[in-house]
Amino acid sequence: MTDPETLGVRLTRLGVSRRSFLKFCASMASLMAMPPTMAAQMAEKLAAARRQSVVYLSFQECTGCLESLTRSDSPKLENLIFEAISLDYQETLVACAGHFSEHILKEAVEKNDGKFILMVDGSIPLKDGGIYSTIAGKTNLDIIQGIAPHAAAVIAVGTCASFGGIPKANPNPTGAVSVSYLMDQGMIARRPLINVSGCPPIPVVITGVIAHYLTLGTLPELDAFGRPKVFFGNTIHDRCYRRSFYDQGKFAKSFDDEGARNGWCLYELGCKGPTTYNACATVKWNGGVSFPIESGHGCLGCSEPDFWDKGSFYQPLSTGTFTDAKAIGVGLAAGAAIGVGAAYLARKRQKTISGGK
Amino acid sequence: MDLLDFARGPALLWSLVILVLGVAWRLAGVLLQKRRPDYSEPRSTAVAAGAIGTIFRRMWPRKEFQARTAYSTTLSYVFHIGLAIVVFGFVPHILFVRNLTGLSWSGLPSGFIYAAGVVTLVALVAALVRRLTHPVLKLLSNFDDYFSWFVTAAPVVTGLMAVAHFGARYETILAVHILTVELLFVWFPFGKLMHAVLFAVSRGTTGALFARKGAAT
Repeated sequence: MTDPETLGVRLTRLGVSRRSFLKFCASMASLMAMPPTMAAQMAEKLAAARRQSVVYLSFQECTGCLESLTRSDSPKLENLIFEAISLDYQETLVACAGHFSEHILKEAVEKNDGKFILMVDGSIPLKDGGIYSTIAGKTNLDIIQGIAPHAAAVIAVGTCASFGGIPKANPNPTGAVSVSYLMDQGMIARRPLINVSGCPPIPVVITGVIAHYLTLGTLPELDAFGRPKVFFGNTIHDRCYRRSFYDQGKFAKSFDDEGARNGWCLYELGCKGPTTYNACATVKWNGGVSFPIESGHGCLGCSEPDFWDKGSFYQPLSTGTFTDAKAIGVGLAAGAAIGVGAAYLARKRQKTISGGK
Repeated sequence: MDLLDFARGPALLWSLVILVLGVAWRLAGVLLQKRRPDYSEPRSTAVAAGAIGTIFRRMWPRKEFQARTAYSTTLSYVFHIGLAIVVFGFVPHILFVRNLTGLSWSGLPSGFIYAAGVVTLVALVAALVRRLTHPVLKLLSNFDDYFSWFVTAAPVVTGLMAVAHFGARYETILAVHILTVELLFVWFPFGKLMHAVLFAVSRGTTGALFARKGAAT
C-alpha cells in the first residue's frame, strides 16, 4: 500500500457523498450476490482501505480493455474507485517514457513486493522466442516472468490475457497464449489468478473484483474458466430482455426487417448469447445505457475462449460450422456404388442358386 | 476445439457423409435386386394406384385389428407426430436444415415445441415399456430395436435438457444434443430406423403385387 490516504477520505475529497458511496456499496454487494448485511460491511472496509497498489502490464493487445476501463462520458463512482487505486505502472498512462518508465515499474514492484495486484492486458506471444511483442528490448514472457512472482494476485483483463483472444485466433501466427496457460505450464510463478474476459471486459466487473479483494481480502469464487461466478454465472441469453421472444418463436430474420424493429430475438442472426457467460445483459454498458443486443446486434460471444474461431458471427448456433458439399457428394456416389455392387453380387448368387433360370 | 465446435464441425460433416452413403447403399441395394418374373395374366392394370394406395392405407390398421392394436397405434402416432413437430417446427432445427439445404419454413412457438417434446418422450418410454413387457414383442426384439429406440430418444432427452439448462452448462448439453443427433444419422441407414425411407418401398412393392393379382391391398 503506497498511499496513506484511505479510500473514504479520497472519495470525500473528490466530492462523493456518503449516500452515493453507500448506494454504490449496496449495488455492488447485490451485484456480487452477497448477503444484504455485507453492504454496510463493504462500505466500512472500503472506506478504511488504503489505495491498493496495482501494476498494469500491456502485452499483445489493442488497448480496448484500457479504453473500456478508463474512458467514460461521465465520472461514475465505479471509475472513481478505479482511479482511487494506486495505479503504479501502466505504460499507456504513465507520464514519462523510456528508462524512466522502466524505473517506475521496477520501483513499484520492489516497493510493494508481495502486496500489489498485477493486472495483465493482452496475450503473450511465445513463437520465435516471443519476438512479436517486446518492450524495452524484453519479450512479454521475460517481463511477466520477472514480475509475477512478486504479485499478491493476478487479474487477466480481457479475453486476450484470459484465453489468448484475437491474437490466438487460427492460425495464431505469434504463438499467443494466455496468462493461465503460462501458469499451467510452469512458465511463470503460480499466483491467485482471476480472468475477467470480454473484448473488452465490463469495467464494473474489474471494480467488483477489486472491491471484493479490498473488502474480504480474497478473490471471488471462480467458474471453470477462472472467471468470477457472480458476473459470469449466467448466459447472456438467460438474462436477455429479448428472451421471451425466443420462447415465443419470434425472430428477426434480418437487421432491418419488422422483427428487428420490434426487438425480437436475434438468434437467427447468429446471436451467441445462449453460449456466452457475461454480465452484459444485467450490468450493461455506457453507464447502463444498453448492451450490444439492446442496440440491435447479436452477441459475438467475446468473453468465451476462442470466440474468433467458432464460425461466422452471423451463423446461428444450431447450424454446422462447416459442411463440405463435395465430401457429401462423394459419400452419395460411394454409397450408390456399394449398393450397385451389393445388388450385382445378390443377382449373381441368385443366378447360381437357381441354375440360371 | 471444444466439444461444441467438434459437434458442429467435423462430427456433423462425417455423420452426414455416413448418412448419405448408407442411405444410397441401402436404397440402391434394395431397388436393384432381381425380381422374380411373373408369367401370369395381370388381373388389373392399376398397379401404380395399388402401390400408392397401399402406402397410405397401411398407415391405419384394418377394422378387424383396430381394437387390439389401439394402444400401440396411438403410441406410434403420438411419438411420430411429436418427433415431426419437434424436428420440423423448432426454429433452431429449421435453421439447421436451411444451413444444409437452403430450404426454410416458419417455425412454431418454443413453448409448444417443449410440450410436444415432453409428450413425445412419454410416448417413447411407454413404447419401450410395452416392448419390454409384451411377451411376444419381447421375444421378437433384438439389439437393433433397442438401439434404434435409444438413438431416437436420446436427442429428445438431451434437447429437453438443453432448453431447461439441466445437467450441465448449456454449451455442453447443446454439444451432447448435436452429437446424439449425429449418432442417429450414423445409425439411421444401418438399423431399423431406415424404415423411414424403406416403408414406402416395401408397402409400394406389396401393393403393386397385390394389385396385379387383383387382391385387396
